[in-house]
Amino acid sequence: MTFGILAAKTRGGSLKAPSFAYARAKSLAEAFDLIERPGAKILAGGQSLIPSLNMRLASPELLVDIGGLAPLKAISVEKGGLRIGALATHAEIQRSELVASHAPLLAQAVPHIAHPAIRNRGTLGGSLALADPAAEYPACALALNCTIVLQNRKGERRVPASTFFKGLFDTDIRPGEILAAAEFPRVERSVFLELTRRHGDYAIVGLAGVADASGKRIAFLGVGATPVLASHASKEKSLDAAERALAKDLNPPADLYHSSATKLHLAKVLLSRAWNTLSKPH
Amino acid sequence: MEHAVETTLTVNGQKVTRRIEPRMHLVDFLREELGLVGSHLGCEHGVCGACTVRVNGQIVRGCLMLAVQADGCTVDTIEGLSDSGELFKLQRAFHEHNALQCGFCTPGMLLAAQDLLLSKKAPTREEIREHISGNYCRCTGYQAIVDAIEEVISHGQG
Repeated sequence: MTFGILAAKTRGGSLKAPSFAYARAKSLAEAFDLIERPGAKILAGGQSLIPSLNMRLASPELLVDIGGLAPLKAISVEKGGLRIGALATHAEIQRSELVASHAPLLAQAVPHIAHPAIRNRGTLGGSLALADPAAEYPACALALNCTIVLQNRKGERRVPASTFFKGLFDTDIRPGEILAAAEFPRVERSVFLELTRRHGDYAIVGLAGVADASGKRIAFLGVGATPVLASHASKEKSLDAAERALAKDLNPPADLYHSSATKLHLAKVLLSRAWNTLSKPH
Repeated sequence: MEHAVETTLTVNGQKVTRRIEPRMHLVDFLREELGLVGSHLGCEHGVCGACTVRVNGQIVRGCLMLAVQADGCTVDTIEGLSDSGELFKLQRAFHEHNALQCGFCTPGMLLAAQDLLLSKKAPTREEIREHISGNYCRCTGYQAIVDAIEEVISHGQG
């Protein structure tokens, strides 16, 4: 996704951010202090925040840059599964052998995220914390039901993706908390698909699906205020039944170019393309 | 309001230290403070790719990075990469194939193309298109740009 379709209010023909203060956190402890200051906002990769500053859709008083916090960058295999630090970039996720073997869905999603220069800076944590309903990782998080690890100065809180996304750009992150990592269970069979007007644009509709011995979990993006788990369709045995059930899962709002019925139809198209891969015996 | 932060970065091999307002993005810093006007300013919200520069060896959007975030970083622009000769073959091929008309997108296009040449051995035409898909050109229709990049690939890189 990119910000291509957001209407920009230009001032004098150019887009300049309002004035704000900036602090680079040297440790997590320092970051927890800084984010408690009035008007503070966390800056990670900045690939969504900086355009919204340039367009003056956001006007923080203080940007707390957590980009230098090495503990938030690691990708490792832990007891809880594959742990990906919040600051891992899209490009790093695409290249990671651990991601390829434990959660290939994420690597499959990366080529759909904007363009190479943006993937070099944008981060997993930034995308999850922003919770754009048209973004790729939130739908992946829901399909994999990953655990979101939130830290504050007292410790950490672990939230399943199924309850993390609360609404449009709204999550379960509380004041004083930083999204530190996400932990993904190992699921090797997965499909990621999107329909876009041009490569790198916001998806009209997208699908993140996984399957293992316990069944399928198929999530959609671009179909509401949050990513949506198609729980009825995921349970069905045949594609026909799943396509019919999808109408119970999704009630996509129309956008400028596509009616609700069109979006539901396109979601069914993606479901049919993903179905065989997700239905092979385990 | 004065929020300036002392920032040190290496631009085209030269170390520079400046007090920078946090609101200034990297490409404005390069153009206005250092006079490096080869990196262009198009959309200023990450869509057009005209401001593409290299930070620590990776291409980024110069309008989606604050200059203060580049503290301690190595930045390479079209000026430095032209002077070093790194882009010579691509620049010659763009010239020969008429892969530019107004030239506004060309610096960013060259950096995106060189990024592909460095990261992939023998990219296909489709992969070339994918890699430059974040760099808009409103003159050429892209055919000549893809032809030029393809020619450099087929004649060996570097």
